[in-house]
Amino acid sequence: MNNQYYNPEDLKKFGNISDFQKNLGEKFFAYYGEVFKDSELSAREKSLIALAVAHAVQCPYCIDAYSSDAFEKGWSEGQMMEAVHVACAIRGGASLVHGVQMMNKVKEIAM
Amino acid sequence: MKSLKAQHSFLAEAHQQLEIIEHGQSGDFALVPFQQKLEQSGLYPLTPTQVEIFQVNIGKMCNQTCRHCHVDAGPDRNEIMTRETMQQCINVLQKNPQLKVVDLTGGAPEMNPNFRWFVEALKKLHKQVIVRCNLTIILANKKYYDLPEFYKMHDIEVVSSLPFYTQDRTDRQRGNGVFDDSIKALQMLNKVGYGMEGTGLILNLVYNPAGAFLPPSQLSLQKEYKLSLIRQYGIEFNNLFAITNLPISRFLDYLLQSGNYESYMEKLVNAYNPVAAANVMCRNTISIGWDGYLYDCDFNQMLELKLSGESKHIKDFDIAALNKRNIIIGQHCYGCTAGAGSSCGGSVT
Ligand code: SF4
Ligand code: SF4
Repeated sequence: MNNQYYNPEDLKKFGNISDFQKNLGEKFFAYYGEVFKDSELSAREKSLIALAVAHAVQCPYCIDAYSSDAFEKGWSEGQMMEAVHVACAIRGGASLVHGVQMMNKVKEIAM
Repeated sequence: MKSLKAQHSFLAEAHQQLEIIEHGQSGDFALVPFQQKLEQSGLYPLTPTQVEIFQVNIGKMCNQTCRHCHVDAGPDRNEIMTRETMQQCINVLQKNPQLKVVDLTGGAPEMNPNFRWFVEALKKLHKQVIVRCNLTIILANKKYYDLPEFYKMHDIEVVSSLPFYTQDRTDRQRGNGVFDDSIKALQMLNKVGYGMEGTGLILNLVYNPAGAFLPPSQLSLQKEYKLSLIRQYGIEFNNLFAITNLPISRFLDYLLQSGNYESYMEKLVNAYNPVAAANVMCRNTISIGWDGYLYDCDFNQMLELKLSGESKHIKDFDIAALNKRNIIIGQHCYGCTAGAGSSCGGSVT
């Protein structure tokens, strides 16, 4: 066992997930591959969405993979950072919008 | 920026580069040997299908000093093909009608003082001639301003590097101001009909990654290029070739300096594609160096991996022997077989 939870080398082993449960693993990777194909959205656009979501879910593996992938697919540093800000704004907004609940509650109990 | 040679870098020596490519900087970086991969794909020894493309590197002199250049070209390089060697090439091409395509590269081939004479002689032989024009040369000096007209007059196919459709990425790889000059040069080429529908004048662009990563899908990227170049600059072109950078010369230097060498090589090896391996360009191309020596490709030329066998120099050119030769391979060849594969004409799958 590693003495750390995250190891960059583990990203390369993602495909081995199927070793313990072949059927579900293979179904997942087939689905995953299908999701990222050029379709109504281009593979390039999907890569930038993936980068933003990777930051929202704070997955170091996904951030590693989609930073490279989005840059390879031609997004600039500025565009990539704007995508991260979108993730940040939604996460921040999601906290802040709950402030309305707080306000509701306080108004309910306050004199 | 100076060439590695002018900087007296150890990487200016081909044998030093080979040492690193084969064993890494530490000497113990071991990847699956390319030969083993070819054996598994049933392609070893690698042999030509048939030599049809005659690629001539007419000199290392260039007006640019791009950071990724596998030739280590630049204004300080003075290795230039002589008219005598060009004449030997012409003699060979005359005798061998199966060599249908002549691909002129460099450096900036236009800087060779005998460039125009050579092109005219090649067209008299009715060869299809491709010139790898770096675009900025057209604006580098008054004497080059008429190059678009010259290309048109001789029905030359123009292949030009534009590593990206934005200034930032292009200039980072090719030098400050290169993007703006490239755009101007492309507009000049369009103006005489290059890349325009119905003219038959072919203008293809080359993308290569500005960093330690692989090219994305050639077709999707072509769409992006077309959209962006027409919208922003009114520029049209025919096809985009997406080319992988091979770990040679200045790109190797960049990989080592940036600490990306090992991970880049691993990326190439992991992306090995047997279909691309079956279509590598050395199977139908022969490469001629500025001094007349023959090589399997421009990369082997820069690594000074001279052909095996009797036909080693343009003066001993023997097409039958060349078609039967074994191609010299090494770990750098992984650059041609990664993903969709890479050649001077872009993806090979
Ligand atoms: S990549 Fe081309 S344009 Fe750039 S320095 Fe090398 S030969 Fe010259
Ligand atoms: S580097 Fe040259 S010899 Fe090796 S596969 Fe590519 S074209 Fe062939």
